[in-house]
This record gives sequence, structure tokens and C-alpha cells, in this order.
Amino acid sequence: MGAVFRREVLSYFTSPIGYIFLAAFYAFSAFFFASSSLQAGSTDMSSMFESLMLLLVVLIPILTMRTMSEDKKTKTDQCLLTAPVSLGGIVAGKFFAALLVYTCAVAVTVVYAIIVSGYAAVDWLVIAGNVVGLELFGASFVAVGIFCSSLTENQVVAAVTSFISTLALTMLSLVSNLVNWEPLQKLLATLSFYDRYAGFTYGMFDLSNVLFFVSAIAVFLFFTVRVLEKRRWA
Amino acid sequence: MIEVQELTKHYGLKRAVDGISFTANDGEILGFLGPNGAGKSTTMNMLTGYISSTSGKALIDGVDILEDPIKAKKNIGYLPEIPPLYVDMTVKEYLNFIYDLKKCKLPRVSHLNDVCSLVKIDHVYNRVIKNLSKGYRQRVGLAQALVGNPPVLILDEPTVGLDPKQIIEIRTLIKKLGKNHTVILSSHILSEVQAVCDRIVVISEGKIVANATEHDLSDRLTGAHILSAQIEGDYETVAKAVLNIEGVEVCKQINERDGVIEYRIECETGTDIRRELFFAMSKIGCPIMELKNSELSLEEIFIRLTKGSDIKEEQ
Repeated sequence: MGAVFRREVLSYFTSPIGYIFLAAFYAFSAFFFASSSLQAGSTDMSSMFESLMLLLVVLIPILTMRTMSEDKKTKTDQCLLTAPVSLGGIVAGKFFAALLVYTCAVAVTVVYAIIVSGYAAVDWLVIAGNVVGLELFGASFVAVGIFCSSLTENQVVAAVTSFISTLALTMLSLVSNLVNWEPLQKLLATLSFYDRYAGFTYGMFDLSNVLFFVSAIAVFLFFTVRVLEKRRWA
Repeated sequence: MIEVQELTKHYGLKRAVDGISFTANDGEILGFLGPNGAGKSTTMNMLTGYISSTSGKALIDGVDILEDPIKAKKNIGYLPEIPPLYVDMTVKEYLNFIYDLKKCKLPRVSHLNDVCSLVKIDHVYNRVIKNLSKGYRQRVGLAQALVGNPPVLILDEPTVGLDPKQIIEIRTLIKKLGKNHTVILSSHILSEVQAVCDRIVVISEGKIVANATEHDLSDRLTGAHILSAQIEGDYETVAKAVLNIEGVEVCKQINERDGVIEYRIECETGTDIRRELFFAMSKIGCPIMELKNSELSLEEIFIRLTKGSDIKEEQ
């Protein structure tokens, strides 16, 4: 896993992908921060975090689109799959590499919080909740993106599929409002990534929400392993 | 070291590999010969665990590649047909990555230096792979297979796309490697496997049609009873004289250029008519400009191996 992780981290910064992702995240987050906190003169950063959540629907697919698809296209997967490494190790290495880049992006929100704290007292627990929530929310999207990337060898198809999937998962709560049948409504609301994340933005650290995102990550990484396994048996 | 038992692979209804069995012993260079689409790469992919078999077993040093893939893969160095290179990395970064990926225990710097010296890529060690020529990429591919010094090397058409000088270098290297490793080498060029391998497995349409030592196979496949001759002179006179030689069955014109006619002369198996031909042509005053044994094409080899009889192919 370590070798795959290091190779992936390196590849993010020897190709433009890592720089594009970080630059876009920093630029948009700076805009949201300036408009919602600095100009409004507020220490409440929740609206910035909420905006960032929607930004991730667009940016995460860019980060993850090449993770598995490029290996399939360039046949470098032969190098990985014939090495004495488990499929889980390969997928985990790629996941943690993408997560590291994503964490570098999220880390900028802490800098914003420090800037705000220079003007007035901030509620650090609320900010910590927001940061943890954003990290878990994005990590689950990274897992979804890696899964989508494993389904194809075309990076554009991987990005579009990932975008549609993450958007759909975010919008589940909206869909649940349109459903009349209560059990289905409850199920959709339970699976809604937006509702789970919203709890963090209020400063509530609910363990069930943490477990939800961790489970989502595990499920999509497991699906990715199964896709690799299925390809061998095809 | 490598034991393959009734290995089969289906792609939907297509049977790419059909119940093949063979063994490669320690320190042996085994040639895998077959035309494109015969099932060579599929077999190699199954041996290395890249794809699974539909049925049958592949044992690497007694370990089933499907039952304990990690243990089995530790003993294998694999060079696929297209070298699996991360072209955005330098050779140094790539080989270090492979070293880590294979969880190699040998001293890193000296081992990688040894591998680079062996395949002669020392001077491109710090260059980005995408800037290297096809020949060097192939060598880097071979280097990654050698990292960790695995006892088994599986090389899928290692000389494809190389120039003649590079082909000779790679063949020499494989022969050298064969002294310390068990090597399985695939090719669709008979002369290549004959030059390098101790034993040859011929595969056609997913089935093994021959499994013999290089020497035995050469005897079976030799085209000595078919001659190609370029003789100056009138066709009727020459053909009549040739057909009068004992053992000649067929004499036909293949080509004509500047009064020199190229003939294909087929004789009874085991008959050598070269001396008689020389004297016969000398007698009628028709000089032989060129005389050689006709080489069998891969298609002819398969016809011979599958039918076990002489070629009666009309040209």
C-alpha cells in the first residue's frame, strides 16, 4: 500500500491535476470566505462550509477521475496486479493519496478560522465540527470517485459518472421530500449525504454521522476492489 | 518450478486457452511459440495472476497462483507485451517504486544499480521514461521484472518492436538470465525461440501442438527436403533435368528475373539432392545462382505439427 500511496501522491504533483484541484479549491474557498465572513463581518463560517460542500461535487471528480482508469488504459495495472500486493492494498493506497491532496485543500479553512480569530472570538468547536465534517464528506466523495474511475478506462467518462453520482447522493434529501411513501422517504433521508453533513455545520458532533461517512467510504472502496476482482475473472 | 495443469480460459463463448499443461524446470528457458491470438499472452497473464483461469491450475514453485497469489507473485518477474511503465516518472523513481511495490529486501541502491547495469540503462537512470526510445522503454520494462531477483521470469514478446541490434542484445541478455532463472519467453518468431530457448511449447488456437526440446523440434520442422534454387537457363530444360533426379517430387517456377528462374523443389523427406542437382545443372550448362533450404512459415509449422505430415501446400 505504501508504494502505491507514494507513487500516487507523486503523480498528483507531476501532472497538473493536483495543482488544478488545489488552486480551484483555494480560489473558490477564499471567495466564499471573503464574501461570507470578512465582508459580512461575521465569525460564523458555516455558510462558507456549506458552499464548499457543493464545490466538492465538481472538484472531487477532477481529483479522482484518473486514479483507476488511467492504469487500465495504459496497462500499468499489469504492474500492480502482478505484484505481491493485495487488491485492497492497491485501492487503499490510491484512496489515501487522493485523501492527502484533499486534506491539503481542506486545511486552508483552518487558516481562514485563524484569520477570523484575529478580529473576534470564534467558536472553535463549531469550526472543528465543520472541518471534520467537510473532511469526512469529501473523503466519502473520493471513495465514490475512485469507484467510478474503476468502471471505465476513459477519464472523462469517470469524471462525469463521478459528478452525477456525488450530485445524486447529495440531492437524496431533496428527492425524499418528493416521495409520499414514508419508508422510502426515511430511507432516502437516512442515506442523504447533505443531511449527514448539515449536522456538522451546526457544530453537532454526532457519532452516527461519522460512522455513516466511514461506512460509505468502506462500501465504495470495497466495491472498487470487487470491480478489480471481477475484471480478473471476466 | 512452474507447473501448469489443464489451464483453461473462456472469454464468453470463446475458448482462448483450452486445457494446456506443461512444466518449466529450474534454470530452463522455455519458449512459448504461437501466432497472434494463439493464447500466449492469456496464458502468461494467468501464470502471473493478472487474470484468473476458468479452470485448471498454475503452480509457481508449488504455490497455486489463485490460492495464495501474494506468495506466488513474490517469485515472478513479469514483462508484459506492452511494458507497464509510468511514463511520467524517471527511470530511478519508477524502479524505486517497483522495489517498494515488490517489498524487496535486497540492498536498494546496489541492487537497482546491478539491475540497471545488466539491462544497460545506467546512463538513462535519471531521465523521464516518456522521453526514452522504444528500445530503452523495453529495457526498463525488463529491469522492473528483474527487481527483487525473482527466480521466475515471464517475458511476453520481449523483442517486439526492437531494431536488429537491440534484438540481439536482448536475446543475449535472456540467455544470460536463463543461467540463474527459470524463464518463460513468448514469441511468434520461430528463429527467436530456437536461438534462445532450451525447450519449446508450440501453441495454436489455445491448444499445445508441440512440447519438445529445441533440437527435437528443429528435426521435426526442418525444411531441408524443400529447396529454393535460382538457376539460369530455359525452364523446360532445367525442370526436366531436376525432375530426373531421384527423390524429386515437385519442381515449379516461383519467380523469374533477368533470365534467372527461381524454383521450389520438393523432395522425399530425408533426401538431400544438392550434389545431384549441382552435377545435373553443370551437365546441361545451367549455372545455379543460389541454393538454399526453404524456411517454413509459422503457418506451415502449425500445419505440420497439427497434421504430422509433410506439407502439400500449393503455391
